[in-house]
Amino acid sequence: MSQLETAAHPETLRRVAIDPVTRVEGHGKVTLLLDQDNKIHQVRLHIVEFRGFEVFIEGRPYWEVPVTVQRLCGICPVSHQLAAVKAMDQIAGYGPLTPTAEKLRRLMHYGQMVQSHAVHFYHLASPDLLLGFDSDFTRRNIVGVALDFPEIAKQGVLLRKYGQEVIRHVAGKRVHGTGAIPGGVNKALTVVERDEMARDIEQMIGWTQGAIDMVRRLHETNPGFYNVFGESAGNMMGLMRPDGALDFYHGALRAVDPLGQTIFDQVDYADYQQVLQEEIKPWSYMKFPHIKSLGADKGWYKVGPLARVQAATYLATPLAEIERQKMMALGNGKPVHGTLFYHWARLVEILHAAEMIRDLLNDPDILGTDLMADRGERRYEAVGVIEAPRGTLFHHYRVNEDDQVTYCNLIVSTTNNNQAMNEAIRTVARQYLDGREVTEGLLNHIECAIRAYDPCLSCATHALGKMPLTVEVVDADGQLASSLSKA
Amino acid sequence: MSETSNANSFSIDGQRIPFTPGQTILQAALAAGVYIPHLCHHPDLKPHGSCKLCTVIVNGRNGSACTQMAMPGIEVENNSPTLNDRRRVLLQMLFVEGNHFCPGCEKSGNCQLQALAYDLEMLAPHFRHAYPVRPIDTTHPDVWLDLNRCIMCELCVRASRDIDGKNVFALAGRGVDSHIVVNSPSGRLGDSALSIDDAAVHVCPVGAIMVKRVGYAVPIGERQFDEQPISRQVDYLAARHIPIVPVAATEER
Repeated sequence: MSQLETAAHPETLRRVAIDPVTRVEGHGKVTLLLDQDNKIHQVRLHIVEFRGFEVFIEGRPYWEVPVTVQRLCGICPVSHQLAAVKAMDQIAGYGPLTPTAEKLRRLMHYGQMVQSHAVHFYHLASPDLLLGFDSDFTRRNIVGVALDFPEIAKQGVLLRKYGQEVIRHVAGKRVHGTGAIPGGVNKALTVVERDEMARDIEQMIGWTQGAIDMVRRLHETNPGFYNVFGESAGNMMGLMRPDGALDFYHGALRAVDPLGQTIFDQVDYADYQQVLQEEIKPWSYMKFPHIKSLGADKGWYKVGPLARVQAATYLATPLAEIERQKMMALGNGKPVHGTLFYHWARLVEILHAAEMIRDLLNDPDILGTDLMADRGERRYEAVGVIEAPRGTLFHHYRVNEDDQVTYCNLIVSTTNNNQAMNEAIRTVARQYLDGREVTEGLLNHIECAIRAYDPCLSCATHALGKMPLTVEVVDADGQLASSLSKA
Repeated sequence: MSETSNANSFSIDGQRIPFTPGQTILQAALAAGVYIPHLCHHPDLKPHGSCKLCTVIVNGRNGSACTQMAMPGIEVENNSPTLNDRRRVLLQMLFVEGNHFCPGCEKSGNCQLQALAYDLEMLAPHFRHAYPVRPIDTTHPDVWLDLNRCIMCELCVRASRDIDGKNVFALAGRGVDSHIVVNSPSGRLGDSALSIDDAAVHVCPVGAIMVKRVGYAVPIGERQFDEQPISRQVDYLAARHIPIVPVAATEER
């Protein structure tokens, strides 16, 4: 069991809760148990909400699922739509997508990357980075950033808008559109739409390069701090092409250890259960997956920007690859594990996605009208996986002869990062809080470590009916009066 | 108003509406380009008068525009705040009585219930959701029956009986227990005489009867009620016919 996960004698300790954790998607809390000398004995990130999507998808027709399941989230619904539709392509019996359909799906996905990452970096994380971790909390928000750094705030808003417009052109709506349907996509792109996106793409690329420069300069002001803040050396996983390039839309699983050595590579994601295992802990609604061969203690892994750009052999667009190498050079030949590097990697990914959008808009196939694949034999079980903004996202379905979903398992990015986030906040607690008087600014350091992972806590708590839920009634003296458990 | 001009016309909200004898108020209104909200009416089927959305005030008395005949000189109140408030309440009751989840419904954008709710500015359900437990029948090879979304307009009952000549559907139960039943030995759709090209399959105004394996094929922006609110689609409402699905299209699915 991880250090600081469970205190030996919690009854003797003082409890400090950060509830709710702010500037993240969804609801979570952190509890710290401290003794009278403020020594930290226990740190846990709890996910306190409950969604239940896996259960209420059961019984629904498979063709409805990609659109229904994206309602898990308002930040990256496209990711859920695409992961689900990749599974349903197979269930419905479709063969390989037409070039236009795959490219339109990719376009929408890269738009999703840009807008989700922009929301995270500019709206949620930049207040900490630009104004200071322990700056006045009443101004530590996007409005504060807009007042002190109006140009950066504007670029953040417009980058996000750009990504959303890309999504709208493919899916019909900025949030919760349709777009991808089993076998292809439902709409061709018009010349007007293509030209509208092409008009601004160079500007987006330029702004992103500017933001990466800004983060690099920030790092140079205090490398000692940024290199080690919340540093937790874990395994890293992502979807890669056969040549080792990171591929957000489709690839095979690769995992590397903290030093970058391969644990497994080119594993068909349909076989994810052969390499990954999920564990349940009684104090969180979120599952804890790990690499099977390494066991629960050593097998935890990170996903998302920092994990996948380092697990990859390279990024397939030139500007982003240069920036990736510059960031990785700070590790002197080894992967970097400082939690705040997630922000840097996230911006590199915006650049990669923006370059991919530019390339797609210049590709004649993007205006094609052959949108649906040929249909073959129906299947009854399928897995769809993509790299969502927050990391690897698994959708696994079984569908019966009458077209009803009978089984749904979702391992969302944030669930993959569950142990990694817990490790990061335990490191921060040891680094900054241990033995010190707890202040709001210090507690925000914990939140900063969680925020760096850009967790989507509402997505992560979809497993109603599978997680152990315990309701405890405690009397005024703190004694347990009654308890109800659902195993 | 002279006797002669009244002989073949009446008024709706002060507007003169011509009619031919035998037309209902709703038929005459739609033919004249005047919108009266409705759900259980379909131009291909006999009037039913069950949803009450089209209730108007005729010479001071409430009546269903879809069943009441147009008469010379009658004065009809239609698009008034009082009547639209009542219509909104009827819609709210329909929404809470079933399980209508527009976000994941394939009928979204083509759904008359949804279109009416948008048009009458129904912003919230107001009443407590009943969350009824209603069955889904997936046994038919080509058709999906989801009674969660059924509003019991009986369009499928009438289409199956009057157009298809099959009597596949019927309404059973009373009051809150009313529900659509399937006429087959097992009570299941898969054992009934229903076929994919039946009018009954394509007449449903909501997402209760759906053709299988078709999902979101029409992109957002091109669905029936995307461009214009339902109240501005009078020509469509007056002239629509139950689509007959070519056999080739069903094979492709």
